[in-house]
Amino acid sequence: MAALGKLVFWFGVAILGALAVGGIATARGEPINAWWLIAAAVCVYAIGYRVYGVWVATRVLLVDDRPTPAVRIDDGRDFVPTNRWVVFGHHFAAIAGPGPLVGPTLAAQFGYLPGTLWILIGAVLGGCIQDMVILFCSTRRDGRSLGKMARDELGPVGGGAAMIGTLMILVILISVLGLVIVNAMKHSPWATATVAATIPIAVLVGVYMRNIRPGRVLEGSAIGIVLLLLAVWGGGWVDHHPVLRTWFDHGPLPIAYAIMVYGFAAAVLPVWLLLAPRDYLSTFMKLGTVALLAVAILWLNPVLHMPALTQFVDGSGPIFAGKVFPFVFITIACGAISGFHALVSSGTTPKLLTDERDIHMIGYGSMMLESFVALMALIAACVLEPGVFFAINTAPGMVGEGVQAVATISSWGFPVALEQMQELAREMGEATLFGRTGGAPSLAVGMASIFSSAFGQGLLAVWYHFAIMFEAIFILTTLDAGTRVGRFMLQDFLGNFVPALGRTSWYPSVLLCSALIVGAWGYFLYIGVIDPAGGVNILWPLFGIANQILAAIALCVGTAILVKTGRERYFWVTGLPLVWLTVVTSTAAWQKVMSDDPRLGFFAGANDLAAKLASGVLPPEKAAVASQLIFNQRLDGWLTVLFVALLWLILADTARVCLRHVRQASAAVPAGRRA
Amino acid sequence: MKALRGFWTWLRAVSGDDAYERYLAHHMAAHADRAPLARREFFRRRQEAAWSGVKRCC
Repeated sequence: MAALGKLVFWFGVAILGALAVGGIATARGEPINAWWLIAAAVCVYAIGYRVYGVWVATRVLLVDDRPTPAVRIDDGRDFVPTNRWVVFGHHFAAIAGPGPLVGPTLAAQFGYLPGTLWILIGAVLGGCIQDMVILFCSTRRDGRSLGKMARDELGPVGGGAAMIGTLMILVILISVLGLVIVNAMKHSPWATATVAATIPIAVLVGVYMRNIRPGRVLEGSAIGIVLLLLAVWGGGWVDHHPVLRTWFDHGPLPIAYAIMVYGFAAAVLPVWLLLAPRDYLSTFMKLGTVALLAVAILWLNPVLHMPALTQFVDGSGPIFAGKVFPFVFITIACGAISGFHALVSSGTTPKLLTDERDIHMIGYGSMMLESFVALMALIAACVLEPGVFFAINTAPGMVGEGVQAVATISSWGFPVALEQMQELAREMGEATLFGRTGGAPSLAVGMASIFSSAFGQGLLAVWYHFAIMFEAIFILTTLDAGTRVGRFMLQDFLGNFVPALGRTSWYPSVLLCSALIVGAWGYFLYIGVIDPAGGVNILWPLFGIANQILAAIALCVGTAILVKTGRERYFWVTGLPLVWLTVVTSTAAWQKVMSDDPRLGFFAGANDLAAKLASGVLPPEKAAVASQLIFNQRLDGWLTVLFVALLWLILADTARVCLRHVRQASAAVPAGRRA
Repeated sequence: MKALRGFWTWLRAVSGDDAYERYLAHHMAAHADRAPLARREFFRRRQEAAWSGVKRCC
């Protein structure tokens, strides 16, 4: 009877899911509301988790009751057996960054349908599987890192490629995130003052936790959160102060330089002073705000104003160039599948697991939750009137400014009026919202309208800057933690040639390697800021390609391990997402390198600009930066070539290792039994 | 009430607020012959160790 009840329940879930997905996919013309998307998501996740996830964990990975590294080693420091819900919290907090908020917002230019389908299908069949398989492999290997596993399973070529890929992704990731917050803070005294205040607040919390009340993490964090909320309010006060506001009113370039100085300082200062306390604050802020957003969306059930598909699926999109295939799969990386997660899954988490059988819940479950966050970001973007969405997210270099921008965007069939944008900017407490590219400001407008409808009208400006603070604080956390990790990786690498540089506490090496990492991402950030087309249109696809290639590397390692451990029948579990990512990234890279369209192809863009520069048709302010932009587009083109070359190198290496293993295994079986 | 208490225990564990108490328990069980680290020193080392790897994602 219980079995029958279960069957009926899951049958119901499947039917409901099919109805919801079908409803979303076929709804044309009349707007749908957020519950459709959430119903589809919950059903797809439930089936993915209970059916496919459990099957992979128990039949393919064969998790069992053997003691985990934490139980065996239990040194009270790195390896600590920990309650599964605590590990889940740690793991989710570590994988959830700003990526799933920004990517889906940008991808909303195609309409809500492509992004929603990719977030759901990509997570259930790709991202969750990647995170779970890598967590499993690392747990079986005493918590070894992805780079080490790549070296062990594939050899030095695969290992080296994984390391170079990781370092480059870090650089691109940090620069694009930096650009996102520069665009939120430029000429916005409120946002800038609030974000600036988070730094002394973090330092104060750091001192509290170290000296005043050592190790009282919750007390320190509670004080910090209260101060952060006060900073949001205080930013508004600064904004209304005639003198103070000028201190925080800056163009994009000075803000970019300030972020570089901050990143360098965070990488070389002791962690307790800035990095660790900021991380506590951003984690609480992140989890709290995401939960609040979920409650607000469920309660309000807002209508999506964005159509299911826009005309920009043909590649003419103003936010970034390229057709829906392959670019929706590049733009939404985190939220569907993210290679970066493999680094976390092979980092701290496997050293805390008490029971292998929790790998399903922690690896698969955390990624599912992350995917849900991405879906909420997509909903928040699609709740905006499309005209407003495009006015915020399109750079002045694309559509002009003010009246001109409004006319261009309205001519696409997304009507928006200048007064409407001015009124919205006034409500949000900003001078203008035009051309705030990068996704963070439009997400903040979406969140502010959802929050203020749910929890009190009239506080739009406060909610907007709360959302900006929330995004900025954990973008800065990713930025400083990433710079520090990049510094360690560079020191590790340079230590192979000059041993002294490999000592992580030797100050000249610390300063040199931090400066090199900041210089690398600082360069891309600088170019992004001076680019009249907004920079995000170039950097985000590059980041997406890099992140998906890291995911492909992780899936290569997973596939090689499946084959080498006698699970070759099931190689497709990681093999299929691997093939898909290879197709997607190779196609995207091919188009970014070979396309004749100057908006899409890096080299075409560089040549087009060079020709315009030579013939003197560029306006003087654009001509002044043209040579830098030309150099950068060519550099980005070569970087893309390098990324894809790395991918195919690792693929070939994986194929070699797998085929060799299969051949040896079949040779080892006696001839009589083979028949 | 029970759920609230459970949440508080979880929050303390997941944030590391109870790390020193857990360390003391581990220390008493494993190396009872040596004196444990003071709270301040323990927390300092724990933070250093926590920030030497990949801890945050995109």
